[in-house]
Amino acid sequence: MSLALAEVKKIAHLAAIAVEPEELDAVGAKLSNILDLFAQLSQADTEGVEPMAHPLDQTQRLREDLVAEVDQRDKFQAIAPATENGLYLVPKVIE
Amino acid sequence: MYQYSIKQLSDALQTKQVSSVELTQYFLTRMKSLDPQVNSFITQTPELALQMAAQADEALAAGNAHPLTGIPMAHKDIFCTDGVRTSCGSKMLDNFIAPYDAHVVTQFKNCHMPILGKTNMDEFAMGSSSESSYYGPTKNPWDLNAVPGGSSGGSAAAVAAGLVPFTTGTDTGGSIRQPAAFCGISGIKPTYGAVSRFGMISYASSFDQGGPMAMSAQDCAWLLNAMVGFDQRDSTSMQIEPTDYTAQLDKSLKGLKVGVPSDYFGEGLDPHVAASVKQAIAEIEKLGAEVVEVSLPNQKLAVAAYYVLAPAEASSNLSRYDGVRFGHRCDAPNDLNDLYTRSRAEGFGAEVKRRIMVGAYALSAGYYDAYYLKAQKVRRLVRDDFSRAFESCDVILGPVAPTVAFNIGEKTDDPVSMYLADLYTIPVNLAGLPAMSIPAGFVNQRPVGLHLVGPYFSEARLLNVAHQYQQVTNWHQQRPEWVGDK
Amino acid sequence: MQWETVIGLEIHAQLATKSKIFSAASTAYGAEPNSQACLVDLAMPGVLPVLNKRALEMGIAFGLAINAEVPKKSVFARKNYFYPDSPKGYQISQFDLPVVGKGQIEIEVNGEKKIIGVTRAHLEEDAGKSLHEDFHGMTGIDLNRSGTPLLEIVSEPDMRSAAEAIAYAKAIHELVQFIGICDGNLQEGSFRMDVNVSIRRPGEPYGTRTELKNINSFKFVEKAIAYEVDRHIDVIESGGTIVQETRLYDADKDETRSMRAKEEANDYRYFPDPDLLPVMISDEDIEAVRQRLPELPAVLRARFVADYGLSDYDANLLTSSKAMAQYFETMLQTAGDAQAKLCANWMSGELAKSLNRDELAIEASPISATDLAGLVVRIVDNTISGKIAKQVFEAMWQGEGSADQVIEAKGLKQITDSGAIEQIVDEVLAANSQQVEAYKGGQEKMFGFFVGQVMKLSKGQANPAQVNALLKQKLGQ
Repeated sequence: MSLALAEVKKIAHLAAIAVEPEELDAVGAKLSNILDLFAQLSQADTEGVEPMAHPLDQTQRLREDLVAEVDQRDKFQAIAPATENGLYLVPKVIE
Repeated sequence: MYQYSIKQLSDALQTKQVSSVELTQYFLTRMKSLDPQVNSFITQTPELALQMAAQADEALAAGNAHPLTGIPMAHKDIFCTDGVRTSCGSKMLDNFIAPYDAHVVTQFKNCHMPILGKTNMDEFAMGSSSESSYYGPTKNPWDLNAVPGGSSGGSAAAVAAGLVPFTTGTDTGGSIRQPAAFCGISGIKPTYGAVSRFGMISYASSFDQGGPMAMSAQDCAWLLNAMVGFDQRDSTSMQIEPTDYTAQLDKSLKGLKVGVPSDYFGEGLDPHVAASVKQAIAEIEKLGAEVVEVSLPNQKLAVAAYYVLAPAEASSNLSRYDGVRFGHRCDAPNDLNDLYTRSRAEGFGAEVKRRIMVGAYALSAGYYDAYYLKAQKVRRLVRDDFSRAFESCDVILGPVAPTVAFNIGEKTDDPVSMYLADLYTIPVNLAGLPAMSIPAGFVNQRPVGLHLVGPYFSEARLLNVAHQYQQVTNWHQQRPEWVGDK
Repeated sequence: MQWETVIGLEIHAQLATKSKIFSAASTAYGAEPNSQACLVDLAMPGVLPVLNKRALEMGIAFGLAINAEVPKKSVFARKNYFYPDSPKGYQISQFDLPVVGKGQIEIEVNGEKKIIGVTRAHLEEDAGKSLHEDFHGMTGIDLNRSGTPLLEIVSEPDMRSAAEAIAYAKAIHELVQFIGICDGNLQEGSFRMDVNVSIRRPGEPYGTRTELKNINSFKFVEKAIAYEVDRHIDVIESGGTIVQETRLYDADKDETRSMRAKEEANDYRYFPDPDLLPVMISDEDIEAVRQRLPELPAVLRARFVADYGLSDYDANLLTSSKAMAQYFETMLQTAGDAQAKLCANWMSGELAKSLNRDELAIEASPISATDLAGLVVRIVDNTISGKIAKQVFEAMWQGEGSADQVIEAKGLKQITDSGAIEQIVDEVLAANSQQVEAYKGGQEKMFGFFVGQVMKLSKGQANPAQVNALLKQKLGQ
């Protein structure tokens, strides 16, 4: 299976990863190899098989509704790339 | 002292033959002189280690210390360690000083075990050779031209080179067992849910599981005692009865039923590796075990299913690396999209980007049913194979990998060939079962691993089988010659 | 030919939990930016979500309140998209197995009742907030709200007018507050509405819809629908076609406009969140929630009409919140069921007026239900007149004590001693002999003047019925 260029661009967009135009072919070729591996799955007879999302048949445990966190903003923002007045800064978001 | 078992180190510390500070200094010296050749550490933390060692000595002096108190260790750089860079082998987190401790880190800190540093790994645990690390490849102490395996290659190599008595690792598709096999050490991946994932940076959430890597099964048993335990911060952490994993080590193997899958010894397995593994199985048979043949017919599809599901989860798990709250941020982004796409393009390496993209594709509209859902169904078939097999045996034995360690650079251009080499370890992660790798000989002076797989929560039984084997063999005590001088 | 409007609503109700849906950080409104964003809310590497039990119970409670199916198994899924207020790069929501299945709620528009279908309701986490003030051309991100539990309530496209849409939105708004799962605060964004609008010729298939996002006022919902319906009609009647899109309602300009064109259609890549396990809800769990569920407004309303003979209007008012209904029923414990109407009048009259004036919720009323009932009792037993009662009420509102204490302290007890009243009547008649003459000369209107004078002299304390009777008797002589 060989991915079309448009498809590689779409995947890069979903993944939010910039791919230089000159890399597109090479990236597409490696992805296509992996998709060939996926193709093996069609060999499996999975008629009536329930999808398995998780290894153990367990159910979700619940947490009591209690506040147990204290403000650690200074510590957390010490490792942030850009903050001001306690806010994280990003390039202007246009709505 | 680097040849000492955990038990011997514990005895030496408890009886004051050596202090934790002395022991820590000893290993720091080894690390400093030997690691430049192995590159098993991303970050070394000598000050932290000595400070923790001093606290350990206080605890030991007080007389009521935990058996593991004072024994130095190192964490795979995937476990968040408060105040210490936790890079996950990625440029993306090169500047990430973790603001908290992973549950596993807390568990070992509570035992006062000095942290020597953070070990090298494939970037975001995606790889089987530790070559994809931003910090350069780790080398196999048995042959510096060979890979140590991955993704916990740094953890395996550091133990094999005697730089640290033990390390932590994580195993998503074989990342504890395969490097343990390649480096000739013992490593166990517990049942999914036995060790908390809180603070262990996610690759594929429904597969990831932490475990210890050390010289022997007995060492692993001691460490598992400290590592396993319920954690309310991880929804997938299991509430299991506290177990002493050392308690069953000496049990006889009489009557043990060993399953050997015929499917494992077919095409693709190096005949020399096959011979070593078969010899190990024969050794265990001599100890009183009975060998039965089992069949795992759907395992051939496990690699394909895994490479749909794990990247799918990863594509989502790694979306948080966006250059906003922590981690790498590109210079002077033009706009929001530029911030995201450039930060991620610069911060992630090729293999990580590949898996994110593959995963996004597998989940995208139009492909979800054919890939993601189909792979989940195959996942169940693989699990059901194991359940059926364990109706007729207690443990399944086989090879960990089809070959011994390959050369650095040998497979980097062909990701799929690298993926396919994990065919024996991956099915275990799909099912969430516990499994171990222990040394079982050498091929071309490179170690061979024996793979032990058990039913859910059978860790104590696996360790028992491995320990009994290690009582009658000495593969696990072997060290590369060059690491012994210091 | 007529156009028919088709409307469906998606309502995001913030659940009134103390802590977030997947972390133990506080959900309190108005804190310093990012001071309530913990490791989990910030999506730090390695952190994991654990579900808040109360949030789940609130979801179940809503399901029970709209007679919906609450499935045994509920699953959390990830909705993947990049946005700075979504720190994980995905939102934990529910996709194919929501906590609440199909249900319904009754609305009333111009006296006509109608059932509106609720397709589903699911639990999810709220996003943070983007602040667009000028940070050197940057946007500031506050993640305090990130992880606040939301219940997204999706209706069927059952509404045919803005009035029906508002009635539905208000019914849900009232219900979520009534059952105590949402504070309903529109200004703070606790209750936000997305409106799907389309038009069609009656009997034809649905037209293309547009979605009006994030409206937090009923008035704006109404205006946005009106604008959008007109726009649809204009476009279609002038030969155009409606584009399915998300639009913003600009309240200042009273218009809707297309949100920035998305580069591509969203592909959210929903899949079950591997960090969370399936939520299993047993019959016992559901029963436990049901036990704690208050009597629902519709049931309560019917009971108030049947048992206490209240008008629909009063019953509606008294069931507009759980606190109102509780206040009313507490009053009856003291005043007695026979005084239901009088109690209702006092609640809809003086009490409502004063609460409004001082901008207080009924929970914060300075006069307790028992005390207000005490005042009603004193009216009924003729200790005070209705007029004096208002004066007593005012004093009680100012914190001067119970009705009895105020009556005692101010000497407001009604004069019912006929001797005392007769004395005042005589005094008034003697002092106003000219007016008496006029009255006797046929100016019967003067009667009111005498009553007024007597009441004035008695400081309003004379029993009005007795005053009337005595005056009639004396003037008739």
